Amino acid sequence: MSKMQNFMGWIDARFPLTKMWEDHLSKYYAPKNFNFWYFFGSLALLVLVLQIVTGIFLTMHYKPDAQLAFASVEYIMRDVPGGWIIRYMHSTGASAFFIVVYLHMFRGLMYGSYKQPRELIWVFGMLIYLALMAEAFMGYLLPWGQMSYWGAQVIVNLFGAIPVIGQDLSIWIRGDYVISDATLNRFFAFHVIAVPLVLLGLVVAHILALHEVGSNNPDGVEIKKKKGPDGIPLDGIPFHPYYTVKDIVGVVVFLMFFTGVIFFYPEMGGYFLEHANFVPADPLNTPEHIAPVWYFTPFYTMLRAVPDPFLGVIAMGGGVVILFFLPWIDMNPIKSIRYRSPLNKMNLMFFAAVFIYLGYLGVNPPEPVLAEMGLRFSEVYFVFFFVLWFHSTQRSAGFSFLSLIVLVGLYSIYDVVRVGEGNMSLVLSSWLIPTAYLAFMLLSPIFTNLNKEKPVPERVTD
Amino acid sequence: MKKNIISLLILMAPALAFASGGVHLEKADINLHNKASLQRGARLFVNYCLSCHSAAYMRYNRMGQDLGLTDIQVTDNLMFASEKIGQPMTVAMPASQAKNWFGKKVPDLTVVARARGADWLYSYLRGFYLDESRPWGVNNTVFKDVGMPHVLWDLQGLKKPLYETYTDHDGNEAKRITGFEVAVPGTMTEAEYDKAVNDLVNFMVYMGEPAKLERYTIGIWVMLYLIILFVVAYAMKKEFWKDIH
Repeated sequence: MSKMQNFMGWIDARFPLTKMWEDHLSKYYAPKNFNFWYFFGSLALLVLVLQIVTGIFLTMHYKPDAQLAFASVEYIMRDVPGGWIIRYMHSTGASAFFIVVYLHMFRGLMYGSYKQPRELIWVFGMLIYLALMAEAFMGYLLPWGQMSYWGAQVIVNLFGAIPVIGQDLSIWIRGDYVISDATLNRFFAFHVIAVPLVLLGLVVAHILALHEVGSNNPDGVEIKKKKGPDGIPLDGIPFHPYYTVKDIVGVVVFLMFFTGVIFFYPEMGGYFLEHANFVPADPLNTPEHIAPVWYFTPFYTMLRAVPDPFLGVIAMGGGVVILFFLPWIDMNPIKSIRYRSPLNKMNLMFFAAVFIYLGYLGVNPPEPVLAEMGLRFSEVYFVFFFVLWFHSTQRSAGFSFLSLIVLVGLYSIYDVVRVGEGNMSLVLSSWLIPTAYLAFMLLSPIFTNLNKEKPVPERVTD
Repeated sequence: MKKNIISLLILMAPALAFASGGVHLEKADINLHNKASLQRGARLFVNYCLSCHSAAYMRYNRMGQDLGLTDIQVTDNLMFASEKIGQPMTVAMPASQAKNWFGKKVPDLTVVARARGADWLYSYLRGFYLDESRPWGVNNTVFKDVGMPHVLWDLQGLKKPLYETYTDHDGNEAKRITGFEVAVPGTMTEAEYDKAVNDLVNFMVYMGEPAKLERYTIGIWVMLYLIILFVVAYAMKKEFWKDIH
């Protein structure tokens, strides 16, 4: 035995190093047909590490103090050697994290990766997404610019809309009656310690659950069902070295985009770093237009779509929470979009477009037409989940018509309540948006063969 | 699918129309490689702006290094408010006094170019006109009822607005500005003044983000490195994956 083997033997007798290496890398068998969409899991991990490392360096110079915070960020940008690179990596990393995570989630939607037996992977992933939103929100306060300040003010005030306990709750969160030094200090504590710990724990749970059941793939075929005589899935290849070398290519391409932003467009036209955030926080001066950072804007649109503050908060929260239940909403046994009906494909693509459009609406002021669109597409966002459930199986014509009438009736009641002389034509014409969507999605199976599904192959295709 | 995309675009059309609007801004010609322009801008900045506004995150010696000036040149020509070359560009005017004089806190200008944008600053500094209803006797075309006096007036001179009366949507009579005429000539011609303001804005863009001077150059090297790394990484992937399928 060589010295190295001796050493490894010594370790393995005391710690399962070789076992862990094999379980998670060299003998973890992943489907051989991963495509482009499968890069984003490892990229999310990369961004997480980047955020933690750059974050550590930022805390060495950042001062979580209302008097000093803004200046300390500018100190990092000017006087700390390489500070600007670290800062831009961190600020760009925040947006990159959401881009990567949104694409990762969309992959899950396309290939049914949340379906049995991967429900818990999805739930852990959603908890990661939730923690990430908390992390990003609290991190955004730290530069102590106008948008930091007023964005936090708006979001924390949302808690005030909760009946009975709301006001006390928002004061408890802020530690003051307005966003102040106390808030900044505690958000700093949450941002650098509490939430990252939770995030790391959840990421471990997410990966452990994944490696327990095995990865899904673009065909939605369970590779473990067809094993060779050696017990290895016929369509599986060891994650290391095959996917490690493949993911390195993905990492390099990602870094091209990432560093492209850092060095050439660090503000990304005001979307990654908002212009108004270069004005120090001023509690006495409310900016004309407060827009959250882009990754929150789809949900912000849902919030604004509802006039009642509390119901608005419910709508916004519901928009996130409903995603948790995806495994139990979409009960169609076919996982991959490749073998599901053309109708389901359209539904999913339209949903992605609606999500982007809701995000677009959220960065803009709610002018009447835009506000109306915000309401209509928020309706479409929620109705999408019904359609997804509806497409789980073949439905009778009677049930299809009944569903359509009930759903259209539900939101039309609200339209009847709010319609007046001033908005009559706008409400009536925009009413067609969710209604046409629903009618098409619910009735096409009756009148067309758009709902025809394809047979799922036994083994993965290339 | 195509139908969906098209209908989405149609729906976005009014939204896109809303996105523009606001005040018309003149385009500033920003070129951070133009050291002479940055130096002229710095001189204007310390002479005209720094009496009231601070630039508290910018250090004199850093500015000197970036603009190609020696410490002695900076001390002799650009440093009036501070004593040590390593100090930031603070201002002697007490903040509480300033509030009395101008009605509001005088903002720090270090990163103002990042908050407002170069074009806004350029238009703003050229946009002062006489308005007797204002405490300092001037108003501004891009910043209505501004609290700042026209500190560059000796260079630009003073403009008198020409009004016309029109009837607005509600049928009320209102006045609007159609143009300007020179009331008091300045020491510079209009072209000279525009160039001076452009230098000043150029300097303020630099000051907002000194890293901008090196950012692009480093970025290009990083990209070149990543391209090479991509070739190697891709070849390695190809080699490993030869035996799959």
